[in-house]
Amino acid sequence: MQGPDWKQRWGGLFFVAPFLLLFALFMLWPIASGFWNSFFNTSLAGVKHEFLGLQNWRDLFGDPAVWSSLKNTLVFTAMSTPPLVIIALLMALLANRKGILGWLLRFSYFAPFVLPATVVTLIWVWIYQPGFGLVNGLLTAGGFAEIDWLNTENRAMLAVVITTVWWTVGFNFLLYLAALQGIPAQVYEAAAIDGANGRQQLFRITLPLLSRTTGLIVVLQLVASLKIFDQIYLMTNGGPNYATRPIIQYIYESGFTSYRIGYASAISYLFFAIIVIVAVAQFKLFSGRGEAA
Amino acid sequence: MTSDAPPFRPGRRAVLGGLLGALTLTGCGALGSKPRVREWNLFGGGDGARLLQIHDQYVAEHPDVAFQAHTLAWGPPFYTKLAMSAAGGRAPEVATMHMSRLKGFSPTTMLDPIPVELLENAGVRQSDFLPATWDRCVIDGKLYAVPLDQHPFVLYYNLEICKKAGLLGPDNKIKPVTGVTAFLDMLRAVKDATGKYAVSVDTTSPWRLWWTLYGQLEGKFFSPDGKELVIDDAKALEALDLIAKLASEGLTPRSANYSAMVAQFSNGEAGLSFNGEWEVTTYQTAKLPFSMAPFPVVYDVPKFQGDSHTFVLPHQAHRNADDTKATVEYIAWMLKHSVEWAAGGHIPAYQPVVKSQEYLDLKPQAEYRSVAPNVFYDPDAWFSGSGAQLENESAAAFSGIATGQATPKSALAQFKAATQKLLDTPSPV
Repeated sequence: MQGPDWKQRWGGLFFVAPFLLLFALFMLWPIASGFWNSFFNTSLAGVKHEFLGLQNWRDLFGDPAVWSSLKNTLVFTAMSTPPLVIIALLMALLANRKGILGWLLRFSYFAPFVLPATVVTLIWVWIYQPGFGLVNGLLTAGGFAEIDWLNTENRAMLAVVITTVWWTVGFNFLLYLAALQGIPAQVYEAAAIDGANGRQQLFRITLPLLSRTTGLIVVLQLVASLKIFDQIYLMTNGGPNYATRPIIQYIYESGFTSYRIGYASAISYLFFAIIVIVAVAQFKLFSGRGEAA
Repeated sequence: MTSDAPPFRPGRRAVLGGLLGALTLTGCGALGSKPRVREWNLFGGGDGARLLQIHDQYVAEHPDVAFQAHTLAWGPPFYTKLAMSAAGGRAPEVATMHMSRLKGFSPTTMLDPIPVELLENAGVRQSDFLPATWDRCVIDGKLYAVPLDQHPFVLYYNLEICKKAGLLGPDNKIKPVTGVTAFLDMLRAVKDATGKYAVSVDTTSPWRLWWTLYGQLEGKFFSPDGKELVIDDAKALEALDLIAKLASEGLTPRSANYSAMVAQFSNGEAGLSFNGEWEVTTYQTAKLPFSMAPFPVVYDVPKFQGDSHTFVLPHQAHRNADDTKATVEYIAWMLKHSVEWAAGGHIPAYQPVVKSQEYLDLKPQAEYRSVAPNVFYDPDAWFSGSGAQLENESAAAFSGIATGQATPKSALAQFKAATQKLLDTPSPV
């Protein structure tokens, strides 16, 4: 029976070939070539390059810009992940109802997510503008001093986080909403008959049954937050004084605006390792909990 | 409802054949006899609108050329895209480039030299340019760029406010001032007249102002071999202290980005503006009563930060002689029509236009033409130039001076450290 078995195996490969080809061309090859380049002083300008050994890697550990931009990425992740999970959950609990109000809440919570980054940042740059922006208008009306949000070193990151939460919380909200709607009504019915009040239902039924979704959202959010680039590039361009420059922007600046592809590849690999570690650790924690539940 | 006749179904081969045929046809169209000139530029502002008008005229006069122009976002996005296209050998025929970026753009690998004989055939000669401008375009004995203009840092002034402040001469032009004391007196008079600020400046990017002042102090930046940073601390601090003083006295805003700078001069919150000359169209469109003059000589010598826009031929792996000829002719045509370009504020590099009555009649654009020989270019290094890394580092370090978040001393230390780090980085070009 070797014939059909062989046929089945290679037939399958034939069907995935189109995907595999693109995957190899645009994913595996760049990953391999990036690793290769990280040992050379490859330049985008196409001048002759030389083997450097571990020089790029040594430079990277001694480059304060790598560490400060990595810190900015981690600070952004730490600041943005908790609200993006908790607010999404609260919004889902509020919107999980029938009728026009439920529809309206679902619509308005998700609407910002469909906007492109350029539009979102344009709106928020005006909102934060000193002199005539909405936020500073409210501050001055309330008797507080104006804050030049995007040009003040210890305020700019907070401003970007607020924008990001407003923009992307809708996605996590949608995941939570779907999970909430998947909890069978009988469970609540039984609980109500047993005399459980709303608070007990929330903490004893809803939240435990959402724990797998929470784990998934936390992982997805951590990875998404670590990849921060668009909003910061468009709102502050990494400023003021590099206080918000994320590591991806530094990679972009090294590799593309300064043509140092080899060095940028080395930094990318450092960052790649961090993302893999975070994702694996999260999955380990999450799957452990999932089995226990 | 359904008819018995089988619906028309084209066979697979017929469809494929048709597609292939269509592809070949379009392929033929692209390879047609017309020479092709694709141009990439970075003019997104008022000068970009003017460029479009000039291009419309070019297209109307040259039906035999397949011409396409694309405007890309100014600064790093433009240069990144251009570098990628040239590195791949599939660049457009011609692109704009700041003169200060030329050496850092790796001309030997990413640009193709401009055939001087073609340029001469098109009626443009070396003698048509200021020697200092032309010489910067020649690298290793080959011409890599043709200068279109020069764009210095200048002084904009609001006629009504300056009249009220008593700064205008009998000819209704601002009286030139020299020296720090006279400079500050002028600014204080303007502040009294506006009741708000004297000058609108971009505090988030003080490079142009600082480099102008530092140049006027005859400050040096790199050693002649370009290997060492020889910045003169006393002079650099003198210039930074002045910038700090302007902000702390309220003569300039403590925090304003580029658009705020334009807005504050437009709405009269400031009676003066320190900026490049390219916003002239913006203020004319706003019907603002204003004029322009050379930036004051605050210190010892007349130096004004500036740059030039040039045309370059980005590297193509398979350069077509017909296209190149049409491209060089396009460049020559643009130079000869640069009086329309000058209306957008830039000083033409092509001297026959500078001497033309048509240009001299442009007001206020011809008022500051005298500074052309004293345009002070950015330092020479692969990381320097318009919108490049060195300017970014200066913005990061110096933007805190006006807001009060940094002292001139700490800002200078940060800038010097950042520059030293760039200098220590092996050049990728």
